[in-house]
Amino acid sequence: MLHYLEHALSAPKPSRRSFLKMSAGAVGGLLLGAHIPKEALAQNGDDGLIQPFVHITPDNRVVVLSKHLDKGQGAATGLATLVAEELDADPTQVSVEFAPSNPQVYANLLFGVQGTGGSTAMANSWTQYREAGAAARDMLVKAAAETWGVGAEAVSVANGTLSAGNNSATFGEMAAAAAEQAVPEGVILKSPEQWTLIGSDMGRVELPAKTQGSVGMFAIDYQPENALIAVMARPPRFGGTVASVDATAALEMPGVEQVLTLPVGVAVVANNTWRAAMARDALNIEWDLSNAESRGSDQLIEEYRALLDQPGLPAGTRGDGAAKLADAAEVVELEFTFPFLNHAQLEPLNVTVEFDGTNARFWSGFQIQTIDHNVAAGVLGIPFENVQINTKWAGGSFGRRAVPNGHYAAEAAMLAKAWLDATGGARPIKLTYTREDDMASGYFRPLHMHRVRAGVDAEGNLSGWEHRVVGQGIMIGTPFEDFLVKDGVDESSLEGTNDTPYAIPDMVVDVHHPTVGIPVLWWRSVGHTHTAYVMEVMMDRLAAAAGRDPVEFRLAHLEGEPRLAEALRRAVASAGDVPEGMHRGIAVHKSFNSYMAEVADVRMRDDGTVKVEKVACAIDCGVAINPDNIRAQVEGGLAYGLSSILREEITLTDGEVDQLNYPDYMPLRITDMPEVTVEIIESAEAPTGVGEPGTPPIGPAVANAVANATGQVITELPFSKHGLA
Amino acid sequence: MISFTLNGQPVSVEVEEDMPLLWLLRDELKMTGTKFGCGVASCGACTVHIDGVASRACQTWAADVEGAEVTTIEGADSKAAAAIQQAWVELQVPQCGYCQSGQVMSASALLSETPKPTDDDIDIAMEGNLCRCATYARIRKAIHRAAEIMEA
Repeated sequence: MLHYLEHALSAPKPSRRSFLKMSAGAVGGLLLGAHIPKEALAQNGDDGLIQPFVHITPDNRVVVLSKHLDKGQGAATGLATLVAEELDADPTQVSVEFAPSNPQVYANLLFGVQGTGGSTAMANSWTQYREAGAAARDMLVKAAAETWGVGAEAVSVANGTLSAGNNSATFGEMAAAAAEQAVPEGVILKSPEQWTLIGSDMGRVELPAKTQGSVGMFAIDYQPENALIAVMARPPRFGGTVASVDATAALEMPGVEQVLTLPVGVAVVANNTWRAAMARDALNIEWDLSNAESRGSDQLIEEYRALLDQPGLPAGTRGDGAAKLADAAEVVELEFTFPFLNHAQLEPLNVTVEFDGTNARFWSGFQIQTIDHNVAAGVLGIPFENVQINTKWAGGSFGRRAVPNGHYAAEAAMLAKAWLDATGGARPIKLTYTREDDMASGYFRPLHMHRVRAGVDAEGNLSGWEHRVVGQGIMIGTPFEDFLVKDGVDESSLEGTNDTPYAIPDMVVDVHHPTVGIPVLWWRSVGHTHTAYVMEVMMDRLAAAAGRDPVEFRLAHLEGEPRLAEALRRAVASAGDVPEGMHRGIAVHKSFNSYMAEVADVRMRDDGTVKVEKVACAIDCGVAINPDNIRAQVEGGLAYGLSSILREEITLTDGEVDQLNYPDYMPLRITDMPEVTVEIIESAEAPTGVGEPGTPPIGPAVANAVANATGQVITELPFSKHGLA
Repeated sequence: MISFTLNGQPVSVEVEEDMPLLWLLRDELKMTGTKFGCGVASCGACTVHIDGVASRACQTWAADVEGAEVTTIEGADSKAAAAIQQAWVELQVPQCGYCQSGQVMSASALLSETPKPTDDDIDIAMEGNLCRCATYARIRKAIHRAAEIMEA
């Protein structure tokens, strides 16, 4: 464990209590009155109606403060939609900025700390941001009523305009007067039939800028005056340290300002990224690898396979799985292997930092701001309030920027401290990962193996299910441990198995979490990335063993899960007949409280590879706030999953990562992309996850299609190992 | 001293001849619209036009652009580029958006050359541009849509 984790652990902890509170629908009251540092909003001027979640400026802009990072999933527009809806704003006057780091005001209500992940942005903000919009509207209306000498009930609001009789005013014109009004104690939210923006696609707020170079949006493009660039040499094996450094040659190279030895590596600081990287190559570093992880992935797989023969930690028992299996008419047993995966988000990790000995500022695509903030302050040895965390739009994340130990903020803080010690002056420095750094930096989707024995009885119904999982627990040893680890069992390895929506009356699940020195992390849809594959491939095999149709077999075991069953029926209906020359596979999975079904039609090419031609999807994610964004997330989410099963694999040889750049680790290209249709099932339920649920079912849907085409059941991923991709 | 035309304006920069154009643009000239993704011409995020041809700036040396006309996303104002940008917003193509400078540059070069591209033309022109959010289906539709916009 890295030594700066202690600072992460001192952060306000995510709490199960806040989670339960949210689940019960008893969200805390308005946070409008909470303190917010004024300088955080200074970029819009300090006039007008300034509230934590919305700022209405005198020049008639509605600026929504997003407590969530937007890394492409559309959270910024989602939050803007909620505020604009209740405010009756004109969508064209609405923009979004990222909120400052302040866990008292901007906590994710499901985590208890400020952070984005688990497809929770809309789910936890659903009431909060609508209330913020409604409260601001109320203050504007009261201000207008007072100004015009009419009753508040006489004031109407539409499209960003307040009016009563012959009087009318823009929000901007009334913003200063609104700021004088008391924040309402309670507000009445619109009923669904009054919605004009929710459900109707107001369009992503930042998309025009993203077609024109995204100027000033991404952290990697942030270039304050006088800024320098740092790249860092890190130990070739995880857990290694610096023994000695000879920087003579590097220091003589053009543009190089400093070579700084940090507890986690050696940083070259230069005036250009390329010059810094060239000088890094010229460093002569001796690493101490005596405590480093030196096992390769093949060795780990062997060790994990041995563990599959040993009983693990109990992770869920219902009925008597073993007895039922003994009586089963047919038994299916399969072993599955899922490799380490890299997120490969296109914007490499980077942080800009400036530290003058007293105060520090950081800029990055921060995803768990409270932890990054705590870690930065802890490493620098300064108070929390002396650290300013600036969140920038992120060029993808897929989980990579949400680090429970704040490692990249910690690196930047160590760098800034070392720079100050070496030079005595403050200077902004951008610590940049090259692609090779990013790919070899660890924090992978952990390698997992599963072994399942399951049976069907003489009537063709599920009868007994034994399920063993081996893999590193993502949450173990992190601030999230209290939240998701119980009796040593990390739910993030199991979600989707022991809580399966299928009616499996007799089931036993256990797990081993081996200690391995490779940093691991959530990767879009976390445990569901492998559990859905296992469950849904097993369901197809069991349906075949029972001589039943795979759709009918699933529906028969989903009687208590009408939303998931409906998603399956809708996806199958939308897929229609299997096209000529193609083969079909289906999968369903519930994740992040959303219900997802995918029907994949594949073609086997003459060279034996598989081309996924069409995927028909249906999702039930509660109220659809921005339907087109939901479609986009499902398209991208399933493509991310498809990418992983086709060719993605991180391997290690003697503890060193083998893949360093895209030629070695090949994500999906345009030529691999299927045609995707997405049906959104109408629902009045509160919104649930959208960014991740599209990912889990695609792997098993394609695997089932390939099995239907060739008879080959792929249980060792990726498909490229078997000549299929 | 390397001299070339950047987005229609003459520029001269004192840099190493083997500095990649990507870092010349981003770190020396502070033109950050051209993105760094891989450094090995494998992702296409740094695509620019050199004398009208879509090229990877990370594998183009400073000396290679001596006397050339370089266009980056900041200067993309051709009819094709405008049509692509309009179609990109109409079909809500970008998600994280980090690859999209490169996608827009590759797609606009395609349309300038081939105003009515087929799906195969699109595959060939766009295969080198990685989009980790996998907005590919929308990219394909938006290129066809941009072709219509250009025709109108």
